[in-house]
Amino acid sequence: MISYIVRRLLLIIPTIFFALSFLFALFFVLPGDPATLIAGGANRTPDPGVIERINERYGFDDPLAVQFGDYWKRTLQWDLGESFQNRRSVNEILGDKAINSVRLAIWATLIEIVFGISIGVLSAIRRYSLADKLTTAVTALASAVPVFVLGFLLQYAFAVQPNKHGWPEWMRLRTQGIGPNTWTLFFIPTGQTWRYLALPAVVLAAASTALAARMTRGSMLEVLRADYMRTARAKGLDERRVVWRHGLRNAMLPVVTLIGLDFGTVIGAAVLTEKTFSWPGLGSEIADSVISRDLPVTMGLTLVVVLAFTVVNLIVDVSYAWFDPRICLGDEGGA
Amino acid sequence: MSALDRPAPEAAPRPSLPEAAPRPSLPEAAPRPLWLDAWRRFRRNKMAMAGLTFLVVLVAAAILAPWITRYGPSERIEGAYRQPPSWEHLFGTDKIGRDVFSRVLYGARVSLRIGLASTVVSVGIGLLLGAVAGFFGGIADTLIMRLTDVFLAIPYIVLAIAIVAVAGRSENSVILVLGLTGWLGLARIVRASFLSLKQLEYVEAAHALGYSRSRIMFRHILPNAVQPVIVYGTVLIGGVILSEAALSYLGVGPQEPTPAWGLMVSQGKGDLAGAFHLLLFPGGAICLTVLAFVLVGDGLRDALDPKLT
Repeated sequence: MISYIVRRLLLIIPTIFFALSFLFALFFVLPGDPATLIAGGANRTPDPGVIERINERYGFDDPLAVQFGDYWKRTLQWDLGESFQNRRSVNEILGDKAINSVRLAIWATLIEIVFGISIGVLSAIRRYSLADKLTTAVTALASAVPVFVLGFLLQYAFAVQPNKHGWPEWMRLRTQGIGPNTWTLFFIPTGQTWRYLALPAVVLAAASTALAARMTRGSMLEVLRADYMRTARAKGLDERRVVWRHGLRNAMLPVVTLIGLDFGTVIGAAVLTEKTFSWPGLGSEIADSVISRDLPVTMGLTLVVVLAFTVVNLIVDVSYAWFDPRICLGDEGGA
Repeated sequence: MSALDRPAPEAAPRPSLPEAAPRPSLPEAAPRPLWLDAWRRFRRNKMAMAGLTFLVVLVAAAILAPWITRYGPSERIEGAYRQPPSWEHLFGTDKIGRDVFSRVLYGARVSLRIGLASTVVSVGIGLLLGAVAGFFGGIADTLIMRLTDVFLAIPYIVLAIAIVAVAGRSENSVILVLGLTGWLGLARIVRASFLSLKQLEYVEAAHALGYSRSRIMFRHILPNAVQPVIVYGTVLIGGVILSEAALSYLGVGPQEPTPAWGLMVSQGKGDLAGAFHLLLFPGGAICLTVLAFVLVGDGLRDALDPKLT
């Protein structure tokens, strides 16, 4: 087990190295000169002397190989540099945005776990019922709706309509920004904050919840036919215990993978949701920084996002052993 | 015989039974009933048939757009700004007086073109890399699998914005972006099929007959690995249309005045209170099209793999 984890951690290193090196190289292919950007934006023509000083200070004149080496030397010491645009240190930006991203990701994932799994199980045990058919239709639709279309629809229903018709205050949700900073225990919104959190969390969770429900249903249907389920019933266990304890635990393996991967992805890739609700998270910051060629911000935030993704992935794989003791992580052949 | 020696990844998929594959001289009758069978099973699936019907109608409407609607996609109608749906303008008009119905129809052309073209790119890359990884194993396999890990690790939006910044905002760069990022899952599926198929006896027999490795890969193994690719590819077209809408929304998709659905939605967002139809119709078009591809993909999976049902 330990050696498995160590080996996986060692594999992460080349993956991250090549991913970031690729991005680094990509930036030098992109049009737009970073020195001009630092000197005051792409649309102005700054003083050549200024450009020269900037080139000297940041080493843009050095050969690509030297810049590349310098980049990795600094990155290994966690010196992520500062933004070309506003001189803020990348670590500071990271601190700001990561908190928002993680909070949103936690809530979206909670929604996915609670609703995805329970809807999936219920529609599996009532297969072919009206509720099951309805669930199938709704989940199919939810995975086909573009995030921003769903976002606008919900904004229309919970912000535009209430304002138009003067609905009571408690029914109104906010659609822009993160609201007052009143969080308890890091991730529990108190006061007015939940009004800001509710819509983005639901929108971000929609597609993955639908997928989790479909997957749980499929996996559950397979498990329900298994012999040990009949054995459990024959032992006289009540149906609820049979389904939720014996069935679900065995059906969970693929679902856990899905949810884990979703959590890892959503931290850095919730660009559409963040843009739609002006939620200042990592994904939209990365997108903005690529558009404005803010190399240090892109590289720094991407590094963190990739790290988070791979580590979550590893945790998911290790958690297999807990869900299914037959899986033995150490040896190659498996059990 | 020389025509048969050509590696033919684009050859008509023949999901024949393994023992029928290495004998090209066998009458064509063998593979056909399987497709007929699949079609019979597919036809029984109401959801899949609904999806297929929708797609057929959509393709027809996209092709026949100039005969269906009187207005061009970029034609401005004087004085008709942000009108709600009416008989004259089925889906209303947008804020500079263009007919939304005709824009949605012409938008279907854009979406279908992008969806098909970039899926072809993805399938090409995925098939080739997956086949090489699965067939040769060893160092080639390790390299290709690590490559997919690297691509998975790079946030795809970064790649998209970067490529569009180099190649410019156009339909072609969107195809390139989505084609270059969509092959990861395919490569894994094809690799897995090759890993299991290459151990079968008929492949051993082909080796013993002295066939070249590329011939065995593409003529003998590939036709048997093609079913999951068809299913995945169909669903992928829907996914690509969804991603194209997202790129348009983020401002890195096709440019005005291209009637891309995603672009239309993001232009309608400022007008939620006044002109809801600007969001509803293009958004609905995206949803239904993606849904149709997913349903057809699901139907194909069930129809091609009778073991499941």
